[in-house]
Order: sequence, then C-alpha cells, then structure tokens
Amino acid sequence: MITFVQISQLLQSAIVFGTVIMFGALGEILTQKSGNLNLGVPGIMYLGGIAGLAAAYAYEMNTANPIGFVSLIISFVAAFAASALGGLIYSFLTITLRANQNVTGLTLTIFGAGLANLFGGMLNAMAGGVGQISIRTTSSAYRLSISNVVSLGPFASIFLSYGFMAYLAIVIAVGLFFFLGKSRTGLNLRAVGENPGTADAAGINVTRYKYVATCVGAGISGLGGLYYTMDYIKGTWTTDSTIEALGWLAVALVIFATWRPLNAIWGAYLFGVLYWLYLYIPGLTRSSQEIFKMLPYVVTIVVLLRVSMRKKREDQPPASLGLSYFREER
Amino acid sequence: MSHIKSGHEPLIRIAKRDAIAKPKAIMIRAIAVLLSLVVSGVFIFAITGLNPIRVYEVMVEGAFGTSRRSWVTIRDTMMLFCIAIGLAPAYKMKFWNIGAEGQVLIGGICTAGLMRALGSSMPTPLLLVVMACASLLGGCLWGIIPAIFKAEWHTNETLFTLMMNYVAIQLTSYCVSLWENPFGSNSVGIINQQTQGGWFPKIFGQAVSLNVIIVLTLAIGMHIYLTYSKQGYEIAVVGDSVNTARYAGINVKAVTIRTMAVSGAICGLAGFIAVAGASHTISTSTAGGQGFTAIIVAWLAQFNSAIMGLIALLLVSLQKGAIQIASQFKLNNYASNVITGIILFFILGSEFFINFRLILRGKKGGEEK
Repeated sequence: MITFVQISQLLQSAIVFGTVIMFGALGEILTQKSGNLNLGVPGIMYLGGIAGLAAAYAYEMNTANPIGFVSLIISFVAAFAASALGGLIYSFLTITLRANQNVTGLTLTIFGAGLANLFGGMLNAMAGGVGQISIRTTSSAYRLSISNVVSLGPFASIFLSYGFMAYLAIVIAVGLFFFLGKSRTGLNLRAVGENPGTADAAGINVTRYKYVATCVGAGISGLGGLYYTMDYIKGTWTTDSTIEALGWLAVALVIFATWRPLNAIWGAYLFGVLYWLYLYIPGLTRSSQEIFKMLPYVVTIVVLLRVSMRKKREDQPPASLGLSYFREER
Repeated sequence: MSHIKSGHEPLIRIAKRDAIAKPKAIMIRAIAVLLSLVVSGVFIFAITGLNPIRVYEVMVEGAFGTSRRSWVTIRDTMMLFCIAIGLAPAYKMKFWNIGAEGQVLIGGICTAGLMRALGSSMPTPLLLVVMACASLLGGCLWGIIPAIFKAEWHTNETLFTLMMNYVAIQLTSYCVSLWENPFGSNSVGIINQQTQGGWFPKIFGQAVSLNVIIVLTLAIGMHIYLTYSKQGYEIAVVGDSVNTARYAGINVKAVTIRTMAVSGAICGLAGFIAVAGASHTISTSTAGGQGFTAIIVAWLAQFNSAIMGLIALLLVSLQKGAIQIASQFKLNNYASNVITGIILFFILGSEFFINFRLILRGKKGGEEK
C-alpha cells in the first residue's frame, strides 16, 4: 500500500517538477495574451538555464570566497536577461519583420537548445575531473529552505521544503492573474491579443505591447530553465534534451490551464504528480513505466479536445493568436 | 495610410509589394544566406579562434571530404527532404502539422518491429514492401487523428500534433525496453546484424541508392500532385481561404483529413527509410528533431520540391561541417544546431524584404529599395 510518507514524497517531487514548467507556462501565457504564439519556449528555457549556470560559474571561479546570495542575484539576472534576449529575437522577427510565428519559434528552440548544450558541454569540459561542473555555493543558495533550518514533520515539509523560486512561481502566477484581469495595462494587453486592429484604433501602441509582453514573458519562461539547473539538477549541467521535453510540457500546460495563470499553479503540480506517479505504482516493469510517462501528454490532449468541443467562450485562446499584425492590411 | 505633409513623416515607411521579380527574390535570399554564414563564421571564430575562411574549409571537408562522408551527407539530406515532402501538402493547406517527429517514429517502430519479427523468415524484397506499407499506415494513423478532430471540432492542430509527438516518443521508449538487445543495454542494438534481413540492399554498389531513389520519386510525385492534380488544387484553395473553398463546393473536412493522411503516411515512410535504410535500429532519437527542421525547410521553400531539396542539402551539409569542427575542437555536435538556427533566423528575416519594401523619408512612394 502507498503510505503517507510516499504520498508526501510524491507531492514534493511533483511540486519541484511543476515549478519548472510553471515558470515556462506563465511566461508563455503572458506572451500568448499579446497574440504571439511563441513555440520557442524550450529554447528560451535552455537559454535561461545555461546563462544562469555560466554566470554563477564565472563568479564562483573568479572569487576567492563566493557569497551565495551575490551569486544568486548575478545568475538570476543573467538568466532573465538571456531569456528576454531570446524573446527579443523572436519579437524582432515576428513583429517587426512579420515572419511566421510558428516557424520562428521552432527555430528559436533549435537555436537555444544548440547554444545551451554547446556551452554546457564546454563548461563541463572546462571543469575537468569527472567532466561535470558543479557550483555548490550558488546551488545551495537557491535550495535554501525552511526545512534546512528547522526540522519539520512530513506534513509541513510538503509545503516548506523548497527553495525560494518555488514560491516565486506562485507569486508570479497570482501577480499575473491580477495584472491580466484587473489592471488597465493588462486589459490593454488582452485587447491587443484579441483584436489588434481595434486596440490600435483605441490608441494602444500594439507594437510596444507585443514587444514588452513577449520579452518579459520570455524572461519568466527562462526562469524555469534557471530553476531546473540550479535546483532540480542541483547546479550541474547534463547535455541532453530534458529541458526541451519540459519546455513542450510548459506549452501544453498553457492549454491545460486555458490561459489562466491561477490554473497553471495546480495544473503544474498535477503534471508533476502524473509525471512521477509511475515510481509509486507497484508492479510496473521497466517497459510499462514508459507507457505511464505518457500521462501528462494524454491528459493535455483530453483537455484540448474538451475545450474545443465545449466551445465555451472564456476557455478559448486569444482570438488573434499566431497572426502577425500589419496596420496597413486591416 | 493617411499621409498629411506635416513634418511627421516617419523616417522609414513600409509598404507591401505586389509582386517581386524572381531574380531579385533570389538575390535577397542569397544575401541573407551569405550574411548568416558570416555571422556563423564569427561565432565559430569566437569560440574556437579558427580563421573564419578556414572554418568553412573544414566544414566542406566534414560534409564532402571523403566519398563516405559525402554519402552520409546525401543519406541524411534525403531523410530531411523526405519529411519536408511529407509536410508540404499539410502546410500548403495551412494545417500546422508539428507532429512529423511522432509520425516518423511511428513509421520507425512499425519497421523495426517487423524487421525483428520477420527478418529471418521472409525474403528481404518482400519484407521491405511489407515494412514500407506498415510504416505508411502507422504514419497515416498518427496524422489523421488530429486531422479528424480539426475537421470536426476545430481542435487546435499545432498543439494536438505536438502532444502526439510525445505520445510517440514514449511509445518508442516502451518498444525499446521491450526489444532491448543485449539485455540491460537500454537500446535495441543493430537489428539483424548478421543476416541483414530487411536492410536496404546495395544498388549500383551503394547502400544509399535506394534512399535516393525513393525520396526523389516522392519529390517528383509530390510536385505533380500539388501542381497538376485536382486534389492539389483543392489543397491550395483550402489553404488560401476556407470560405472560398466552401463556396466553391469543396468538402473542407474531407480535404483536411485526406491531406493529413497523405502527409502522415509520407512522414511514416521517412521513419521506414531511417530504420531500414540508415540506422537499422530504433531509438527515441531516430527522428532526432528533423521533424521540426523539416517544417522550416518546407515553409521556406514554399513547398517547391526542388528548393526543399536544396535547403535540406544546405542544412545537412552545414550540420555535418559543424560536427567536423566540433570534433576537431572537442566541442559537442550541438554547434551545428546553433549554426542552423542562425541561418534560419536570417532566411526568415529576409522574407520580409521580399514581401515588403521600405520607403525612406522624402522619396516618393514608387521607388523600389
């Protein structure tokens, strides 16, 4: 039977997993609300992950006694900036040069994954020894949690045993909820995503809104990559395609949450539970585990079908999602 | 655009071009590719310190330095080309099939499964036909599921096909652990290594000949299908305007499903070529991201078979070249993805200058840039 301790473990790993994709999805919700379907999320998460890691590595190598907090700030800013830069490339191509959004996004994913794995490989090679870099000081600053300081019971540790970024994700989700639903700027942004022509006529600067939303959205998505390298794999780098798979899950989560930031919170944790569930199902063979790992994707497909069949107006994607806006063409 | 002479005229105005002369369009694209090669050269110089001209020498060596390397380049070009051919009808219909990756894998699973099961009992020519049919069917199935939902309920196909990729990847992982050989290796290993049952035979002394023959036949067939057939015309009309298509009496649902059946089937066949004609094994990296790259190939070529072939060749040679540089400088192969990304960014950006023209302040609108 599954014990309470196991459930607690499952929930904890689900929350850590969910936090990675929640950042990705929240950034993408902001981006999509401006009408930009950015399929570059996996690439952007790669950029955030490697930029944070490289910045922390450079700091730890060049400082005699690295201070965790300083390194945390440096790597956080680096990750956000690099990801926003990825968003800027996408914005310039799709908004200013009106390139196709899907193709540009996919290219950004190829580019980001390539750049991150190239530099990640170089960092690992530079580290020598076991061939893997490790930035202990920074990573432990990221992973510092209440349960490191006070010993907690199994129940409390479900809620309190994470680094600050797990809570930051929730804060961003709630902030985004108020921003999109209550603030004037947020409503303007949604108008841009629904009908840029009307927004333009109402005096909203469509180009500026799209640029800012896409770049800030990319920055938030990139924090998912940062959380992955710093917390999830504890300040190391593995050259593989894990972040890419997580990035696509983040895109799936946007649909699952029907573009609502608050839904993204529990959706992310649910994806986490579905992802790790196979470890707790007794009697699974190694091959049937693989079938189990399909669950998050299958669930997303089901939600996608349900949303499209029910046709509830408030569940639909922004009306001009995926379309470039060209004023002269109205 | 209202245009009052009040001193507020912007520095640059943008206007849509009606049409552009072909040589000029080609010129713009050539400039974009050249610029991207310069930027890539600078990038490689920055991390390796290698003279940019020398960079491209090494890259050409990597792609075409020996006849073996040339054949590998051709083989991989054919693979990418094949997927792009498969995607062309779907994209011409503006059906965003991002699921080529999954369709290829399903084709690959069908092929590998049959190869293992029948490799020693069935003669290879017959087995090849059986495997090809199975992979066509598998890819077709993977393609029409999203198409049916798109046709009936307007389910977003971009996201549906994307999710289908991951279902296919997990299915592949499942088969890999089921067919594991040797036990514990977590890979299928080379199937029928001794008997070579179900492998593409050598034609004209080259193992890759059959790949080339199949893919070039497909390319010509797809060109005829899209340009001259009634079905191809229907695809074009649906792609341009669903309402026009409906008004003209075209059954949009049927066209959507039929086109995705064709698209998925050809992508499935690409999986067959990848397994029986190249790697002789199956893994989650059998498709290796080419399903995504092929989208860009098909889109940039605007579904013209010949241009798709050229772009595929360009991208694959660059990848091979970058891999060569990477191995000389102990970098990993991802260098090639970076270069691919840079080149694609430039080509994507150049489309703007083909579709629009810039008018500088003070000039009367008519002049071309």
